[in-house]
Amino acid sequence: MNLTLKIWRQKDANAKGGIVTYQLGGVEPDMSFLEMLDVLNQDLIDKGEEPVVFDHDCREGICGTCSLQINGEPHGPDRLITTCQLHMRMFKDGDTIVIEPFRAKAFPVIKDLIVDRSSFERIQQAGGYVSVNTSGNTQDANAILVPKDKADTAFDAATCIGCGACVAACKNASAMLFTSAKVSQLALLPQGEVEADRRVLAMVEQMDKEGFGNCTNTGACEIECPKGISLENIARMNREYLRASTK
Amino acid sequence: MSVLDSKIPEGPLEHKWNNYKNTINLVNPANKRNIDIIVVGTGLAGGSAAATLAELGYNVKTFCYQDSPRRAHSIAAQGGINASKNYQGDGDSDYRLFYDTVKGGDYRAREANVYRLAEVSGNIIDQCVAQGVPFAREYGGQLDNRSFGGVLVSRTFYAKGQTGQQLLLGAYSAMNRQINRGKIQSYTRHEMLDVVIVGGKARGIIARDLVTGQIERHSAHAVVIASGGYGNVFYLSTNAMGSNATAAWKVHKKGAFFANPCFTQIHPTCIPVSGEHQSKLTLMSESLRNDGRIWVPKKLEDAKAIREGRLKPTELAEEDRDYYLERRYPAFGNLVPRDVASRAAKERCDAGYGVNKTGEAVYLDFGSAFMRYGKEAVATQKIENATEAQIKELGQKVVEAKYGNLFQMYEKIVDENPYETPMKIYPAVHYTMGGLWVDYNLQTTVPGLYAAGEANFSDHGANRLGASALMQGLADGYFVLPYTMGDYLAADIRTGAIPTNSPEFDEAENKVREQLEKLMNTNGTKSVDHFHKRLGKIMWNKVGMSRNAVHLKEAIGEIKQLREEFWKDVRIPGEMNGMNTELEKAGRVADFLELGELFAKDALHREESCGGHFREEYQTEEGEALRDDENFMYVAAWEYTGEPADAILHKENLDYEYIEVKTRSYK
Amino acid sequence: MSGILKSSIARKVVMALSGLFLVLFLLQHFLINFTSVFSATTFNEVSHFMGSNFFVQFLLQPILILGVIIHFVLGFVLEYNNRKARVKKYVRFNGSANSTWMSRNMIWTGLVVLAFLVLHFYDFWFPEIIHKYIQVHPEDPTRYYGETVAKFTDPVRTLLYVISFIFLSLHLLHGFSSSFQSVGWHEKFYKGMRGATVAFSILIPLGFIFIAVYHYFNQV
Repeated sequence: MNLTLKIWRQKDANAKGGIVTYQLGGVEPDMSFLEMLDVLNQDLIDKGEEPVVFDHDCREGICGTCSLQINGEPHGPDRLITTCQLHMRMFKDGDTIVIEPFRAKAFPVIKDLIVDRSSFERIQQAGGYVSVNTSGNTQDANAILVPKDKADTAFDAATCIGCGACVAACKNASAMLFTSAKVSQLALLPQGEVEADRRVLAMVEQMDKEGFGNCTNTGACEIECPKGISLENIARMNREYLRASTK
Repeated sequence: MSVLDSKIPEGPLEHKWNNYKNTINLVNPANKRNIDIIVVGTGLAGGSAAATLAELGYNVKTFCYQDSPRRAHSIAAQGGINASKNYQGDGDSDYRLFYDTVKGGDYRAREANVYRLAEVSGNIIDQCVAQGVPFAREYGGQLDNRSFGGVLVSRTFYAKGQTGQQLLLGAYSAMNRQINRGKIQSYTRHEMLDVVIVGGKARGIIARDLVTGQIERHSAHAVVIASGGYGNVFYLSTNAMGSNATAAWKVHKKGAFFANPCFTQIHPTCIPVSGEHQSKLTLMSESLRNDGRIWVPKKLEDAKAIREGRLKPTELAEEDRDYYLERRYPAFGNLVPRDVASRAAKERCDAGYGVNKTGEAVYLDFGSAFMRYGKEAVATQKIENATEAQIKELGQKVVEAKYGNLFQMYEKIVDENPYETPMKIYPAVHYTMGGLWVDYNLQTTVPGLYAAGEANFSDHGANRLGASALMQGLADGYFVLPYTMGDYLAADIRTGAIPTNSPEFDEAENKVREQLEKLMNTNGTKSVDHFHKRLGKIMWNKVGMSRNAVHLKEAIGEIKQLREEFWKDVRIPGEMNGMNTELEKAGRVADFLELGELFAKDALHREESCGGHFREEYQTEEGEALRDDENFMYVAAWEYTGEPADAILHKENLDYEYIEVKTRSYK
Repeated sequence: MSGILKSSIARKVVMALSGLFLVLFLLQHFLINFTSVFSATTFNEVSHFMGSNFFVQFLLQPILILGVIIHFVLGFVLEYNNRKARVKKYVRFNGSANSTWMSRNMIWTGLVVLAFLVLHFYDFWFPEIIHKYIQVHPEDPTRYYGETVAKFTDPVRTLLYVISFIFLSLHLLHGFSSSFQSVGWHEKFYKGMRGATVAFSILIPLGFIFIAVYHYFNQV
C-alpha cells in the first residue's frame, strides 16, 4: 500500500506547529497503525530527520497511552479499539490519512502528536479512590457481598483506560465520560458508598477547573471509547452529583 | 561461606514471617515524616509499595517513564491473581500454594520467601476488594475463582481478562489518595538513569525528565527498584514497548547482584508473529487453556496442506488431530505449566507440524468447549431436540461471556473469527523470573536499595505459574516492603535530609550526562531499532526456548560484537535537551546489549534444564527437562566487575526443609 | 444561583429542566392552537381564558419568559465554555462518524428558534400586551381566532413559520431525550423514553406546521 500522510508536527509546547505531508510506501495490511508509523520513522531516521513522536506503550490496547486523531476520529475509524490495535487493512491503497494530536485546552501538546494528559491524573487524585489503609486486617473479601449485576456494571465502568479519546471526540472537549467511569465504579460498590458524595463533588470540581467543556450528550465519547464505556455512567454521575450537592 | 546472606529468619516455616515482623525495628510516626523514599516504577509492586509507605507516613517520590502511573505494564496482565483463600473448598491452603509455586518454579526459589508470599496472598484479595477492585462474582455475591496452569485447585481471582488492569488501578487509586494528601510526589515521564551511593548506601537517583531533557537529582534514605522485567532484551515480547531494564541494570553496575538472568518465561499462548514489521507480541490469556484444547495435525501432509491454505482446520477429522498436551501429560492436559506447554509447541513445530505460513503456530481450539457449554445450556434451559447448530451457538455465548474481549482482540489483530476457526498461537517471551538478587527483606546487595515485583528474582524460581506475578508484585509492595524497610530505616531517623550536592551526586550526574552525550555524538548510520532487532534475533535464536552450549557461546560473542558496533554506529536524530524518544530507546538498548550477554553467560553456566531454562544437552529420553539438583540447586547471583563477560558468580544454595524435592511431573 | 452555576453539571441540569419545562409549554401551546383547526369557538374560549386568567398571566407567563431566558442565556454560556475548551481546532474533525448533526448543532437550531421567537413575539405577544395592558381595550372574547388566522395570509410568514418548526424539531430531537440524561435518568426504560421523545419531536412541530399551513389555505 502507498499512503499520503498528513501529520501534525510541532517541535515543543511553545512552537506553532503545522501539518507536514509524507508519502509512504511498502505498508502492509497486517501492520498495525503504529507499526506503519514505525516504518515512516525508520525512513525519517535514515534520512537524518527527526522521527514523528507519538505516545504508545503496551501496543495491546490496555495501557491507554496511545492516542492520535486519525482522519478526524480518535483511535481512527474502527470501533472498540485503540490506535495500537487499528490495522492498516482498514485503509486502502492511495488513501490520505490526516493524523493529529488529541485536541483540548486541558490536553496541551508536548511535541508532535504527544499531549499532556495530566489533567486526568488530577481528576483521579481529587477523589478517585476508597480511603482504606493497607493493614493486612481489612475484613475478609467475601464479607462484602456484591450482587453480580452490580459488580459487572462496576467492572464495565472500571475498564476505562484513561486514553482521552472521549475528550478528543467530544465537540466540547468534555471529560464527563472519563470522570463518570470512576465515579460510577465506586458508586456502584458498597466499598465506595461511604465517600460517594465527597468523591463526586471533588472530582467534578477538579474536572471543571481543568478547563474541559460541558457535556451536551452528543454521545460521541461512547462511540469512540475503545472500551465502550456507556453514557449511562454520565447519567449516573449527574444523579450522584445532584444528590450530593443537594444534601 | 557465600557473600550472600539471605537473612531468612529462624523458626518453623509457617511462623517465620510473623515472628520476624514481631521482632524487627519500627520507626515511630513522628520520625517517618523525616524519612524520604524513592520508588522507581509504578506498576503493581511499585505502586502498592509507594501507596503503603506513604500511608505509613514516609515521604515518597515515585518515578515512571509513562505519562501516568496507571500505564505501567502490570495493566496488561489478563488472567488473574492467585490466593490461598480456599473459597471453593477444594482443599487449598497456604502450604499448597507454597508447594505449587516451589514445584512450578522447578525447585529454584527460596522456600521462606515463597511461603511468605502464600501467607499474605489472602490479605491481597481482602485489600483489593476493600479498595473497590471489581473482581468477578457469583450470583450469591461472593467472589468467583478459576483454575490456572500447573495447579489442581481453583484459586485464581479474576476480573474478566483484565485482572492486571483492575489491580493496578486499585494500587493507582491508593497512590492517588496519597498524592492528594501530599505524601507522594509523582514524577511521570521521568526515567531513572542511575542510583547514587553515598557511604555504601543507596541515597538517591539521577533521573531525566523526558519532556524537557533536564537531568535531575533526587535524594532519599532508601530506594526501591520496581521497574519490571527485562523481556524486551528479545525485542519481540509481550512486554510494553517502553519496558526496560535500565534501572535494574544501572544498580547492578553499582553493586547490586543480578540473579538467574537466564530464567525467562516463554508464554505458550501468544498471537504468532505475522511479519518483519512486527513490533510486539500479544498474549492470549492462559485462562483460555481452561476451555481451549491445543492441537496440531497428526499427519505431516495435513500440516503442509493447512500451511499452504489447501485445507481448513475445521475440515480435519477428530482422529487426525494430535492433542499433544493431553497425549503427553494426561493428568494436567492443556493446563500444564507454561514452560512445558511452550516447549511442547516448539517441539511439534520444529518437527514440521506448525499450522501457519511460517510454520510457527499451533491451534487453540474451542470447538469442544462450545459443545460442552452448549449442552449444559440446553439442559438448564430445558430446550428439547436442540440441533447441533443450536447447541454450538448456545455454547459460543457462554464462551463469549467468559473470554469475549480476548476473542475480539484476536479477531482485530489476526482478522480471523475465532468462533469459527481455531485460534493460532505460538509461544513468546513474557516474563523474566531472574532479576536483582534480594534477601528475605527484598534488599539487594546494596544497603538501602530494594527490589520488588518482576525486577527481583525471588519467588518464582525457574518458572512462574500463571496468576502468580500479580500476587508477588502486590505482596512485595503492600505487605513486605512496608515492614522490612522500616527495619532498615529505623537506623536513619537522625540522618536528616540527604543533600544532593555531594561529590557522589556530582559524579553520578556527570556519568549520566557523559553517556547521553556519547550517544548523541556517535552520529552513526543505523537506528536504535536496527540494533535492538538484531539483538532480539540473537537472543531468540540462540538463547530462546531451547539452548545449547555451542549456540550460547556464539551468542555471547555476537552480542559483544553488536554492542561495540552499536556504540560506533548508532544514529540518534534530534537534541538532548528536550523530548527525544530515540535517545530514550538508545539508553535502554545499550543496557540490553550488556544484559543480553550476561543472560547468555548465565544460561551457559547452568548445565542443567530447569523451568524456563532448557538445555538441549540435558533432557530425558522423552524430551523432558533434566534437572541437576546436585550441582545446580542454587541461585546464581552475578557481580558486575566492568564487563558482562567478567561478572563473578556467587551462589546462594537453596535448602528445601519443608518440601520434598522431586522431579517435576505433570503426567 | 451563581454558586451552583459554577459547576458544569448544575448548569446542564438547569439547561435540561428549563428545556423540559419549555417542552411542556410547547405541548400545551400546541393543544390550544390545534383547536383552531376544528373549532373557532373553542379556540377563542381557551385563548380568552389564557389571556385573562390572573394565574396564567401573572404567574405562569413570567415563569415561562424566565424559562426561555434562562434556557437561551445558559445555551450561550455553555457554547462559549465549550468553544473555550478547545482553543486549537482540528484540521479534520469527523463529527458525523460518532454523533448526530442535531446533537452537534444545538446552538444553531436554537438560534433559529430564538429568531423565530422574536418574530412570534412581534406577531402575537407584543400586540397582545399592547392591546391589553397599554391601550387597555375592553375585553373581547371572540377576537383571538380572527387575529391568529389573519397572520397566515402572508405566504412568506407562513414559510418562515414552517422552516422554524423544522428547526424546532431538530432541536427537540436531540434536546428532549438529552435532558433526561442530564438530570441523570438513564435506566431500563431509556430506550422507550428515547423513542417517545423522538416521536414527540417530530409530531408536535409537524402539528404546528399543519396548523400554519391549514390556515394559509383556509382563509375565511
